[in-house]
Amino acid sequence: MNVIEVKKLTKTYNDSEVKVHAVQGIDLEIQEGEFTAIVGPSGCGKTTFLNMLGGLDQPTEGNIRIGDTMVHDLKPSELIDFRLHNIGFVFQAYNLIPVLTAKENVEFIMQLQGKSKEERDKRAISLLTEVGLGDRVDARPSRLSGGQQQRVAVARALASKPKFVLADEPTANLDSTSTETLLDIMEKLNREENITFIFSTHDARVVNKARRVIQLEDGKIIKDERKA
Amino acid sequence: MSNSETKLAWRNIWRNKRRTLITVASIFFGVILSTLMTSMQDGTYSKMIDNVVSFYSGYVQIHHPDYWETKSIDDLFVPTDSLIDIVADNKDIDLIIPRMESFSLMSYGNSTKGAMLIGVDPAKENELTRLSHWVSKGKYLNKDDDGILMAVNLAKALNVDLGDTLALISQGHHGYSAAGLFPVVGILEFPFPAMNNFGTYITIDKAREFFSAPGMVTSLVLTVDDYDDVYPIKHELETSLGDQYSVMTWDEMDPVTKQMIEGDKGQGIIMKGILYILIGFGVFSTVIMMIAERRKELGVMIAVGMNKLKLAKVLFYETMLIGIVGVVSGFAVSVPLIWFLVKSPIPLTGEVADVYEQFGMEPAIYFGNDTMVFGGQILIVFAITLLVSIYPLSKILRLQVTKALRS
Ligand SMILES: Nc1ncnc2c1ncn2[C@@H]1O[C@H](COP(=O)(O)OP(=O)(O)OP(=O)(O)O)[C@@H](O)[C@H]1O
Ligand SMILES: [Mg+2]
Repeated sequence: MNVIEVKKLTKTYNDSEVKVHAVQGIDLEIQEGEFTAIVGPSGCGKTTFLNMLGGLDQPTEGNIRIGDTMVHDLKPSELIDFRLHNIGFVFQAYNLIPVLTAKENVEFIMQLQGKSKEERDKRAISLLTEVGLGDRVDARPSRLSGGQQQRVAVARALASKPKFVLADEPTANLDSTSTETLLDIMEKLNREENITFIFSTHDARVVNKARRVIQLEDGKIIKDERKA
Repeated sequence: MSNSETKLAWRNIWRNKRRTLITVASIFFGVILSTLMTSMQDGTYSKMIDNVVSFYSGYVQIHHPDYWETKSIDDLFVPTDSLIDIVADNKDIDLIIPRMESFSLMSYGNSTKGAMLIGVDPAKENELTRLSHWVSKGKYLNKDDDGILMAVNLAKALNVDLGDTLALISQGHHGYSAAGLFPVVGILEFPFPAMNNFGTYITIDKAREFFSAPGMVTSLVLTVDDYDDVYPIKHELETSLGDQYSVMTWDEMDPVTKQMIEGDKGQGIIMKGILYILIGFGVFSTVIMMIAERRKELGVMIAVGMNKLKLAKVLFYETMLIGIVGVVSGFAVSVPLIWFLVKSPIPLTGEVADVYEQFGMEPAIYFGNDTMVFGGQILIVFAITLLVSIYPLSKILRLQVTKALRS
């Protein structure tokens, strides 16, 4: 089943004197349980593309369907709510709310969803345990390493039981060991719980872990490859 | 959720402890300064009003409806039992003091002067104005006295002294002529120079006899428990007494003092206004910094699904909490301080003290604890906070998530 269907997706930035065609007519389908990397040189449009997939940015043309929802039909306030219930986000860095502990950061999403205290508690602890931070639940982000912070961010992204997780260069600020740990965790979650991940990266080792690799250049897909 | 919003806000304001403390401290000192100033004004005004009231006018007076305009001996009224009952029924009214006063010519030997002749109930009058206190020579009136008390300058001008008999001529009620002889039993020396020139007192019974107005008064002077009751009482009396009588408050009878107080209040408001504008800018710049350094974080929160209004609420709480902490800590100092100062005014010495005494005031700085002394600060800080939080609100509503995330 397709979780995401993208048709003729285009984004043109008009705000400077020269028009920037950041994304130019992308067609794409992502199926449930895929583990997809978006790769390409700097400026090829990865962030722009992921932002549109995540409902953070409006396409200039084309449309995106997530589940049964045509995302571009949603009003801004509906869009925020849609993100809350359907999409998990991991950003490059400084993902977490600094004044909340690891556990509170994970709970934050569920609190927004209106989940009960017991449910939040249980799920936050189990998710943090899954990403290997069962013993750091009460630590604030400033007390965690960059890699640990990104693992908390993954746990938070999963907290809402989203249809898929978007991660824009989640390992860009990490050393190689942390990168490997994070990727292993994501892979395991994908394998064991069928969580759909879409992430962008520059890093060849990260690309190697992906089971589908989509290569962008000048805002177009030039290669889309599934590994066995 | 609101619980966690306040928690988030509370933790956020302490992220930069020093900055928050400086902001809170500015409100703290502002509140203390402003409460002290308001309290001092409040105390001074009530003392001034007290003086006016206790020297002469009382808080409220009842007259014949035309009396205040004409000041005529024809516009009198009889304080009937039913009238007194209605007035006495009001439990906020302390004393009901009758007066019969009019202008009279007074002569002794070859000199003649015009002066106010005031007929009073000696005991009751003394309760309000402490008239006996100002007797510098001779004695105060008793109930059946047929003598007269004279202000010191007037006595000098007429060249009279204790024991001399004064001839009084005036117009009586409804065209009667009024004439009488009164021995001087006391000389009055008031702290107000003006009053020393024309005040004379006899008993109200003698005054009624003199003016041929048996049982009548020119005014009933009322005292009340609390200054705040003055206007409600005026209102109540006006309704219950109807238009057969006019009810006037002290400030209607003494607009000059009222204007002086209003003018001084205006100055105070300007000073407090400047103080609070400075504080407001301090809070504002803190809020600007709090938003600016968190752009990315705010972007993330909206990206992962936090409603902008909810986020705006958190930022609003942050400003509010700074205001609340400032006011509460300010009150922690100013409430006990003012409580103490109300009980023990700061005594004055030297030249300043002399000036106070000349005006018949005890030489001290008085403090008041009117509800607005404290309530005003809460209102002002709350208003500043509201005003300042417009900024984060508009910032959040206009925040573009993708731009914030890139920053
Ligand atoms: N807000 C914007 N206004 C104008 N141009 C923009 C804006 N955002 C991105 N661009 C341009 O769009 C193109 C694609 O940018 P994008 O950030 O999507 O690339 P990227 O593949 O994520 O790059 P990187 O690997 O460096 O993160 C670039 O040329 C960029 O300069
Ligand atoms: Mg990018």
